[in-house]
Amino acid sequence: MTTAATPRPATGAKRLRRPKGLTAHILLMVAVLISVFPFAWTIVMATNTTKDIYKSPPKLTFGSHLLENIRHVLDTIDFFGSMLNTVVVACVTTVLVLFIDSLAAFAFAKFDFPGRKVLFGTLLVFMMLPLQLAVLPQFILMSEVGWVGMLKALVWPALSNAFGIFWLRQYIQNGVPDELLDAARIDGAGFFRQYWNVALPMIKPALSFLAIYAFVNAWNDYVWPLIVLTNPDHVTLQVELAQLNVGHNTDYSMVMAGVLMASLPLVVVFSIFARGFIAGATEGAVQGS
Amino acid sequence: MSSPPVTGPATVHEHRGGPGPARFRPRRTPPAGTARPGRRGVLSYWRQYLAISPFYLIFAAFSFVPVFYSLYLAFQRYDGLGTKQFVGLQQFEFLWNDPVFWLSIRNTLVIWVLSTVPTLFGALVLATLLHSVRRFKGFYRIALYVPNVTSIVAVAIFFGAVFSNNFGLVNAILGTVGISPVPWLSNPWLIKVVIALLMTWMWTGYNMIIYLAGLQAIPTQIYEAAKLDGAGPVRTFFQITMPIMRPIILFTVVISTINGLQSFSEPQVLFASNAANQNLGGPGQAGLTTLLYFYQSAFLDNDYGYGAAIVWAFFVLIIVLVVVNWRIVQRGRKS
Repeated sequence: MTTAATPRPATGAKRLRRPKGLTAHILLMVAVLISVFPFAWTIVMATNTTKDIYKSPPKLTFGSHLLENIRHVLDTIDFFGSMLNTVVVACVTTVLVLFIDSLAAFAFAKFDFPGRKVLFGTLLVFMMLPLQLAVLPQFILMSEVGWVGMLKALVWPALSNAFGIFWLRQYIQNGVPDELLDAARIDGAGFFRQYWNVALPMIKPALSFLAIYAFVNAWNDYVWPLIVLTNPDHVTLQVELAQLNVGHNTDYSMVMAGVLMASLPLVVVFSIFARGFIAGATEGAVQGS
Repeated sequence: MSSPPVTGPATVHEHRGGPGPARFRPRRTPPAGTARPGRRGVLSYWRQYLAISPFYLIFAAFSFVPVFYSLYLAFQRYDGLGTKQFVGLQQFEFLWNDPVFWLSIRNTLVIWVLSTVPTLFGALVLATLLHSVRRFKGFYRIALYVPNVTSIVAVAIFFGAVFSNNFGLVNAILGTVGISPVPWLSNPWLIKVVIALLMTWMWTGYNMIIYLAGLQAIPTQIYEAAKLDGAGPVRTFFQITMPIMRPIILFTVVISTINGLQSFSEPQVLFASNAANQNLGGPGQAGLTTLLYFYQSAFLDNDYGYGAAIVWAFFVLIIVLVVVNWRIVQRGRKS
């Protein structure tokens, strides 16, 4: 491409780079279209009547039947009831994950205590295990304590996920200087004050990443709610959505309106926090390798 | 900047031990006033134990004990109601001779290969492209990552509608150019292709973000030096980028193996529409993955012992594949 003999390398490189940059942008835009297309097409289907979609060739533009389809969804399933269930579970899970994981991560990151390596190692090993190994006994446990069909059956197993501790520990190790903790100790702050007043304020970015991660996971979780929420009238949004699809899969436009209504809140939440979240996801993944 | 900083070029542990600061600082001593950690030392750490105890109590009850309990169940006959009966290796014997189990393993592996290869390859290409451009980087990152945060249920319903044999968009488009409808959701191979496409759509952006972080951590001086030595872009990619990226590629291969083999919701939602059909996984059970078979055995047939045997056999398979993949990627390093 460029030769060392080019008299003015700066301009030469620029001239050569421009077409390359353009190709890259075109290819990336194609990828973006593929990535965004399902959202657009869902809206197309949700705003038209099923008849329009069934037509050959199908209608490819946005229609005006969205409200009608939404009303059908609300008549068919308890949309807001199941959404409320999901919101409650996701919020409770997120708050508890943040508290429990940050406390443990702080202890692991900044203190040495007997058994620390074994305890943390166990956690790492279990992070690599498929979750399904534990599902069956978890279900038996839930039936033993009589929680089958109840929302709290969703929260507890979600709290035993070790990822948050692993990730926060990494962050605290690099992000919270020992000197600050020492200074706090000299000023008379004990372990828990050091955690609450020194460490927590310094790891806010990490916490906000973990919050979105936990919230999205809880919101999208399908397998475990499907198994443990045995009462079909008391389920989460994802299970309700799958039921809607099973019962009425011939009424595409209504099902798609349901998909749209169920996905929209999360896409909005994600778009707001996306920048920080992606940076956080990257850091966790790269450090975790 | 509100986003957490990507901490310098510390890409992986291997690179960390080097000249910079030690991987982490020396362990903090116990609070002042306590004697040297001696026999009564353990008690002086009660605060730390208290801090980790909420997690470990939950972890013990809902992860640690259950995993071993499911191994115990694999040697029992148990329907969840009656009493457990020890049956030795009978469940595994049955498993070995169960054609449906092997079918599910085959389905899982095919879907995994069909999805992982294009996902990781596409992610690497996209990350390289994204790394080369200056403008709209943030926009591309978000737009390409969004599929990963949408719910599998929503995506599976969408794919079911678009690939529907009779009324789907794909067949409608093929129809306009004169191609007769393709039986996407009833042909055993095409079923797997659709599931794999779905997974590829969901996971390419995620892997791209990871690769991008790895690319950004490579110092630009290396590339400048290569340019001076007359290396072209292709050569630079294979001789510089790939070797440096190997640990990160290894990480994504391991994660994709673990995640990709656990496909469950995709076929479950795609083919659940047939309520009368007791066979999960669609026509000919071509979309029956191992976890779906586990779900059917354990929770629909209430055969807990067999379900546990399936999931443990499946776990062994995952380990084997992770080790094999690890070896393959590691071997590339020597050549």
